Amino acid sequence: MTAATAEPLLHQFRLRARWSLAIPALILAYLLYAALAFDLPGLASRLRWDNAQTLLSDFVSYKVHVTRDNRSGRVITSIEGDARDAYSPAQTPGWVKTAGSQTIIDLGEGYLVTYAGTGAQITIPGYGAITARLQGGKILLDAPGPLPSWINASDSRVSVTTPRGRFAMTRSKTETFRYFPGWEEFFFTLDTPFAGKSWAELYTLATSAPRLDPATPNAEAMASAFWNNRMWHHGAVLDAMLETVLMAFLGTMTAALIALPLAFFAASNMMPLRPVRFAMRRVFDFIRGTDALIWTLILVRAFGPGPLTGALAIMMTDTGSFGKTFSETLENTDAKQIEGIRSTGASALQRARFGVLPQITPILLSQVLYNLESNTRSATVIGAIVGGGIGLLLTQAIQTQKDWEDVAYYLILIVLTVIAMDTVSGWLRRRLIKGE
Amino acid sequence: MVDLAFGLAPARPQSAYLALVRRRRLYSSILLILFAALLATGFRLAENRNAGGFLDGLPNLLQFPAEILSEAWTNRANLPGLMLQHLGSLLETLNIAAVSTILGGVSAGALALLSTRDLARWPRLVPVFRRLMDALRALPDVVIALVLIYMLGGGPVPAVIAIAVHASGALGKLFSEAAENADLRPIEGLASVGATWAQRMAFGLIPQVAPNWLSYALLRFEINVRASAILGFVGQGGIGADLKIALQWGQGKYDQVVAIFLLLFLTIVLIDHISDRLRLRLTKGRRP
Repeated sequence: MTAATAEPLLHQFRLRARWSLAIPALILAYLLYAALAFDLPGLASRLRWDNAQTLLSDFVSYKVHVTRDNRSGRVITSIEGDARDAYSPAQTPGWVKTAGSQTIIDLGEGYLVTYAGTGAQITIPGYGAITARLQGGKILLDAPGPLPSWINASDSRVSVTTPRGRFAMTRSKTETFRYFPGWEEFFFTLDTPFAGKSWAELYTLATSAPRLDPATPNAEAMASAFWNNRMWHHGAVLDAMLETVLMAFLGTMTAALIALPLAFFAASNMMPLRPVRFAMRRVFDFIRGTDALIWTLILVRAFGPGPLTGALAIMMTDTGSFGKTFSETLENTDAKQIEGIRSTGASALQRARFGVLPQITPILLSQVLYNLESNTRSATVIGAIVGGGIGLLLTQAIQTQKDWEDVAYYLILIVLTVIAMDTVSGWLRRRLIKGE
Repeated sequence: MVDLAFGLAPARPQSAYLALVRRRRLYSSILLILFAALLATGFRLAENRNAGGFLDGLPNLLQFPAEILSEAWTNRANLPGLMLQHLGSLLETLNIAAVSTILGGVSAGALALLSTRDLARWPRLVPVFRRLMDALRALPDVVIALVLIYMLGGGPVPAVIAIAVHASGALGKLFSEAAENADLRPIEGLASVGATWAQRMAFGLIPQVAPNWLSYALLRFEINVRASAILGFVGQGGIGADLKIALQWGQGKYDQVVAIFLLLFLTIVLIDHISDRLRLRLTKGRRP
């Protein structure tokens, strides 16, 4: 090969080499521009570490409050400070001890909090004992040395944060918080007889132990205590999850049923009239272009909030996308089979039924199943707008900004459901296409 | 003999075939009836839980769009100006979609290489990375965004992270399916000259799958533009937030609603169109 013939090729190579460097550089430049446009440098100041900490610790742990009312002197131990989740004297955990008018709270590793009279003493290993007491409407604090940053004190409020728990005192109440990993009362709330029992105890209760309530078997009472759990509302949550799946199912299936006949009018090998084809395609484009968000807003006005509206919104968006993909599938069908049917004198409807449908059914079903899975996730989002299903529960829990453990629970449920749908639809698709 | 072989025998296969067809039809009609019953009860249930019934709401379906459109029609002279006004928010929405597609695409590429059989850096960890992608894909972007808004404050960053997380799971699966079909010979060739794993991937695999990957990324960009608009509506920022504010004003601001509708609609149709052509060119090598 002479240099003259190699030259254009080499030129092309050089050009490509230049491009393959230019494209990453362009992308990098764009990302830099975006970082400035999004005010990334200002993010650090907007970052709310305290919120992040609350959220993460709430996701995986809960706290028990030991609260003394400074006026009545009554001490209550409760989960998350909710009066309905107070421990009865018999249930009170071992680390809270009452001796006469004194309450001794053992936070472990030598950290001790003692409530006595209207005051309290906090013992911290390696630092010493801090005393706080109420006198003349003010809180007086005695500490062994200068106040470190983890003690916050004023006349009206004292707060001590230790690695084992937190102490806070105001004029009206004295509180100690101890954190525990896990989700509180996930299975049974404290007001049921099953709270705080081990798995083995629960098993014997369900199978062989005498009835706690003579009217109902233990297993049944246990199931109902779990299902109607006052804190977690398992029954209602599963119901909402099902509602979301229902929205996805109804929306996807109806969309497929509507799009299938319409797709025939948009396929070039099925519809000889060009204007009809053009019009049908523009209809599909319009439906797809008008976003799910806009359909949802229009439908909510007409039908009010609820799962039906959500299903119809999914139906609208999917009719557009199914119409497009179905008509593309139709255009890829083999004409020979249809001609064969036509040679027997079949009508257009019969040709569609026996010539076209058998060819496209596996592909269509596979597309429908794929959309069903992805719509389960969209139904969560649409549910947040139309007020139905798990999406509603999620946005409510997020907006209260304190029930993060509920958010974690719903998220896990959604992830499991979507993965389950994914697995089932993948299995069905493999069976349909490959006939395994 | 010949008569016997050809004259009598066909009667039986025919009847057997017809019986088979009848049985198949029976099964599929049973399935269809079950499906219809499921659909009907589902709709019944959904309607009972809905605030308004289907038939009661049907006449109102066009009322809201008509109300908006008629008001916008009387103020139609304002529309071009209003559309210009919202171009900034539209740009923000598009930027969110583009950045999250790039970030999601890059991490999807890494995840795909790590979770494809025959290619994975650590073959034992393939199932781990697959489940990770499943989980990333299953998380609804709005939820991630709302949680992040609580931690990061407002702005576009939570939206970018939320969409990128979801995109990396969704793209990762498609990328890894494309990589599974790649020809292993160039990679083996590179291995034979002592190339490291990163070199094998960069020079043996990526050139093969790049057109497919880019095509999937473009499709994802289309989806992300829509997602970014919805995120703006539910959370904050971008054209979605503008739409929400205009809708909350209600009457008197409907020309603004229509302007945003139009802007969003035209953008989505335009992007769909461009990416359709690009993808055709990428996957089939056809110049339109």
